[in-house]
Amino acid sequence: MIEPIVTFNDVHKSFGDVKVLKGIDLDIKPAEKVAIIGPSGSGKTTIIRMLMTLEQPTSGDIIVDGKNLWKMEKKGSMVDANEKHLRNVRGDIGMVFQHFNLFPHMTILENCMTAPIHVKNEDKSTAKQRSIEMLEKVGLGDKLDNYPSQLSGGQKQRVAMARALVMRPKVMLFDEVTSALDPELVGEVLEVIRDIAKEGEMAMILVTHEMDFALDVADKVLFLDEGVIAEQGTASEVIEHSTNERLQSFLHRFRS
Amino acid sequence: MNIWSWDVFADAFLVIVQGLGITLGLTIACYLFALIFGFFWTFLRRIPFKPLHWVITWIMEFIRSTPPLVQLFFIFYAWPMVPVVGMTLDPFTSAILGLGIHFSTYIGEVYRSGIDGVDKGQWEAARALNFSTRQKWTKIILPQAIPPTIPMLGNYLIIMFKEVPLASTIGVAGILHMANSYGAQYWTYLEPLTIVAILFLVMSYPSALLINKLEKKMNRRFDKKEALNSSKGATA
Repeated sequence: MIEPIVTFNDVHKSFGDVKVLKGIDLDIKPAEKVAIIGPSGSGKTTIIRMLMTLEQPTSGDIIVDGKNLWKMEKKGSMVDANEKHLRNVRGDIGMVFQHFNLFPHMTILENCMTAPIHVKNEDKSTAKQRSIEMLEKVGLGDKLDNYPSQLSGGQKQRVAMARALVMRPKVMLFDEVTSALDPELVGEVLEVIRDIAKEGEMAMILVTHEMDFALDVADKVLFLDEGVIAEQGTASEVIEHSTNERLQSFLHRFRS
Repeated sequence: MNIWSWDVFADAFLVIVQGLGITLGLTIACYLFALIFGFFWTFLRRIPFKPLHWVITWIMEFIRSTPPLVQLFFIFYAWPMVPVVGMTLDPFTSAILGLGIHFSTYIGEVYRSGIDGVDKGQWEAARALNFSTRQKWTKIILPQAIPPTIPMLGNYLIIMFKEVPLASTIGVAGILHMANSYGAQYWTYLEPLTIVAILFLVMSYPSALLINKLEKKMNRRFDKKEALNSSKGATA
């Protein structure tokens, strides 16, 4: 049996008194593509934000490649992870954000090069070459010296993907990456994600509202509702053949 | 006796300019001190430990609410009398400490506003790319937080420049001090003090204009890049 690259064990998350996630159990295999769908406020984004260490779970364990993400061993007992431990474990994870979050003071090329050079201590020419290749792959080879403010939303999001990809993560997280885009720009971004997915090496977790896209790309779809995984299975099982009523009514709003 | 004498003016001028180096030197030293010490306040207040945050905020408020002249006197006259930690400092060092610390609290506030102005997503992106805490600050946050504050920092330079004559009260021989001694010696204050005023005007006014220009440039920073792009797009 293949060891999962990511495991959630009974993960809960509350913001103040509001319980957002109420016990998430989840296994993601290496190279598996998982789409998380569900109504807004159901906690979809929180799941991947905890994995990226942007939010700390209230309880439960998240295991990444055999290592506990939020806890570490100290004198024989498990304590909250310190920054060093988090850095160590999250190196395997990359993320693309809804609002791109490109660094506005750097060119497109610098945006991609900076992390390999400073975080992974890659030498500058290698990092540059790999960044250029990656930017060419997302179709922005002619924009290397432009600043993010000079690009369209779709282009920015493609840069953000290149920037995450040059770090060679084992797990890549996509947080509603097309939600902030004008409708005519959504296609170009989804196209790039499809290409990345086809290469197959990375596990991908996509929080998305694009049902057809999820159906097409994902090996597994999770329907998150009121803080629990209400339904899961292959894309066609969940999106096309489920009898879950809340899922039906959720999907209905996309089909109308 | 004449009210105004150009001979006195010329004579006093030559004496007073000798203090210019001290005045400018003190301004620069105080400013550098404040720029560096400002970071100290900013980062101390970011330590996520509530009691420390309150203490630091209260100390900053205290420093800002007390006249710089009182602080200067305290450091120069009272500090040497404090047991254990007290020590005698020369006037120049006292002035750097007094004015530098006073203004560092304002500068710290400026830094804070700059840092608060950086989008939350930038922190998250830095985290997602696994930057260390130090790299996050030096590569991502500060390069975005500081440039917009440059006009404000410049304003504080001018304000500080105008406060530096306070140091003459503890015997730092800047231009005001020179003018004062000249006046006391020859019993004529009109020309020397006029010269001091002119010297300050001549130096702070162009600086103010420069900062104004800088401010406009900063405001246009991102528009400019966009304008550049659209013109490129038009020719393509």
